[in-house]
Amino acid sequence: MSLLEVKDLRTSFFTDAGEVKAVNGVSFFLDKGKVLGIVGESGSGKSVTAYSIMQILAGTGKIVGGSIKLNGQELVGAGEKVMKDIRGNRISIIFQDPMTSLNPTYTIGKQLMEAILLHTGRNKQEAYDRAVEMLKLVNVNEPEKRMKQYPHEFSGGMRQRVMIAMALACEPDILIADEPTTALDVTIQAQIIELMKDLQEELGMAIIMITHDLGVVAQICDEVIVMYAGSICEQGTADAIFYDPRHEYTKGLLSSIPTTSNDGERLRPITGTPIDLLNMPKGCPFAPRCDNAMKICLRERADSMQIDPCHKAACWINVRDMMKKEGAAGE
Amino acid sequence: MSEQQKNDNLVEIRHLKEYFNVNVGFFKSRPLKAVDDVSFTIKRGETLGLVGESGCGKTTVGRTILNLYKPTSGEIIYDGKPIKSKSDIKGFRKKATMVFQDPYSSLNPRMTVSDIIAEPLDVHDMYKSKEERRERILELMGYVGLNSEHASRYAHEFSGGQRQRIGIARSLAINPEFIVCDEPVSALDVSIQAQVINMFDELQEKLGLTYLFIAHDLLVVRHISDRIAVMYLGKLVELADAKEIYDHPQHPYSKSLLSAVPVPDPKTARANKRIVLSGDIPSPLNAPSGCPFRTRCAYATAKCAEAMPELKEISSGHFAACNIL
Repeated sequence: MSLLEVKDLRTSFFTDAGEVKAVNGVSFFLDKGKVLGIVGESGSGKSVTAYSIMQILAGTGKIVGGSIKLNGQELVGAGEKVMKDIRGNRISIIFQDPMTSLNPTYTIGKQLMEAILLHTGRNKQEAYDRAVEMLKLVNVNEPEKRMKQYPHEFSGGMRQRVMIAMALACEPDILIADEPTTALDVTIQAQIIELMKDLQEELGMAIIMITHDLGVVAQICDEVIVMYAGSICEQGTADAIFYDPRHEYTKGLLSSIPTTSNDGERLRPITGTPIDLLNMPKGCPFAPRCDNAMKICLRERADSMQIDPCHKAACWINVRDMMKKEGAAGE
Repeated sequence: MSEQQKNDNLVEIRHLKEYFNVNVGFFKSRPLKAVDDVSFTIKRGETLGLVGESGCGKTTVGRTILNLYKPTSGEIIYDGKPIKSKSDIKGFRKKATMVFQDPYSSLNPRMTVSDIIAEPLDVHDMYKSKEERRERILELMGYVGLNSEHASRYAHEFSGGQRQRIGIARSLAINPEFIVCDEPVSALDVSIQAQVINMFDELQEKLGLTYLFIAHDLLVVRHISDRIAVMYLGKLVELADAKEIYDHPQHPYSKSLLSAVPVPDPKTARANKRIVLSGDIPSPLNAPSGCPFRTRCAYATAKCAEAMPELKEISSGHFAACNIL
C-alpha cells in the first residue's frame, strides 16, 4: 500500500461563467520517502491538485469525484474534523509566497509554537524547545533571538525557512511544497533546495514538489507528473521524463527551455497559447497546440498508456507507434 | 549617413552612480546606493545581458540609461554624444526605448491595442496622416505576430504572452536602435517564454537592434546574450562573453551564482557540486565597506574591506573585480 493514493481526482470551480474543471481525472501514488514533482504551466491544475489533497480549496471549489487515500484512509468526504487532524500533522504544506504566508502581527516563535501546541500534547515549554530545535534544523542562526522577532525582520529566504520549520514541526508523513522557491533569488533557491533535500533524507518524509521550473524538478525529484489543462499528460521517473519524453507536450516543454546544449540555436517553442478551461475541446486538450496532432487527437482523448513499468503517457502517437510495431511483427 | 562613420560603441556608460535618498527617521535620510560606479559599453547590434539577484541594481541601471531616473553622477554616451540636456534626452528617446517586465500593469486598460502601440508615434509626432498611422500600427503588429483584427481590442482580452507582444510592438513604434528589455519574459509561462525569446532574436536580425537584456533567469540570459555583465549590490563584478562567463566564471560571486542555476537535467544535477552561499544579500542601505560581496565570500581577506577592487581585464574581453584574481 502506498502512503498516498490519488485516484481519478476531479475538482471543479463553479463560477458564474460555468464549471471550470481545474483537475480532471488525476491519479497517482506516492511512496514513503519519495519526492514527486508536479510540473505544468499556470492553469494546469497542479496547485489545485495539492489543495484538493489538503482540502483547502477556495469557496467555489469542490472535489466532485475520485478518491484520496492516506495510508488507506479515505479523505474525500471524511469531514472537517478528520481533516483538521491531518492538516499540519500528517500532511503539511508550504506556499509560494513567504512574504504573505506569515502573520505580520505575531512573533515567529508564537506562530511556530501554535502548530506544535495544536497538534501535539506538548506543554508551552516543550513547544518552545521544539520550535527552537526546528529553527536550528533549518539553519536559522541565533534561534532564541529569532523566536522573539516579527516576520518583517526576516528576509525572503529566512521566512521560507521558518515556513519549512513550521511545516515539519509535527513530523508529517508528506510535505507539499507549492512553488517554494519561485519568489526567491537563485542563490537563495539553491539554499532552500539543498535544505529540503537534507531534511528529506534525515526525516524520511515524502515530498510533493509543485513547480513550473523543470530545473528545480531535475534537482530534487525522483518521480515527475506533467500536467496540462487539469489532466496528467505523462508520469514517470525523472530520468524517463527528461531523457525519453513520450507526450508531445512534455517534448515541447523540454525544447522550450534554453540549456547549454541548444546554444546558438533557436528555441523550439510550443505554438499557440494555453487553453481556456471553460472551453475545453472534446479530444486531447493539447491537440490545438500540437504540431503532430492527428485526426483522432481532436475527436477523442487518449488513455494513459504504460510505456514501461514506471512510465505512462496519454498520447495517441504512442498508440500509433505501438500498432505500427505490432503490424510489422505480424507480417 | 555612412555606416563606417557610426560609432562602434552604441551605448557607453562611465562611472554611473544612482543614489536614492531613503528616510530613516523623521528628519534623517541616507543615500541608498542602487548603482555605484558602473561602467560598460554596448556595441552596435549586440545583446548585453545584465544579471544579478533582486536588489542588485540591474533595473536601476536600465532605467538610468534611459534617463527615467536622473543619474546622481556619471556619463551616458549614446552614439558618441553625451546625453545631458533636455533636448539631448528628447532626441535620445526617439532612438532608445524599453520593454517592461509585467505585461499586466504596463498596458493601459482603457486604451485599445492600436492606441497603445501608436502612443509613441503620437508623442513624437511621427506620422503625417491618419492613414499612415494606421498602416504603421498594422506593420508593427505584423512584426510581433498579432493579427490586424486585434487592433481594436483592449489589453484585458489578451493572454500574458500576447500582452508582452503588444508591449514590444509599442517599443518598436519609434524605429528604435536600442531597447532596454527589463525582465521581459519572467512573467510568462515556459512555452510562451520561448516564443517571445525567439521573437527578440528575429527582430534583432531584421531590424538591427541593440539590446540591454536584464533578467534573473541565467539560462535565458545565456541563450540570448553576446556578452554578460554580473552585478552585486550596485557594483559590476564581472563582464565577459556569454560562453566564457558560463564556462570560466572568475569572480567568486559569479561562480556561486552560476553553480546555483538549476540545470534541467537530472544527471548533471546529481553530479553537480554546488557552491551554496551562506547567508543573505546585505541590505543596500548597510552595504559592507570595500567589496560588497566580502561578507559571503569564502576568499575574503582584510584587504577586501578596505576598497572595492578595480574591474581589471584578466583575459581578452573578460573583466572581473576581485582581489584574488
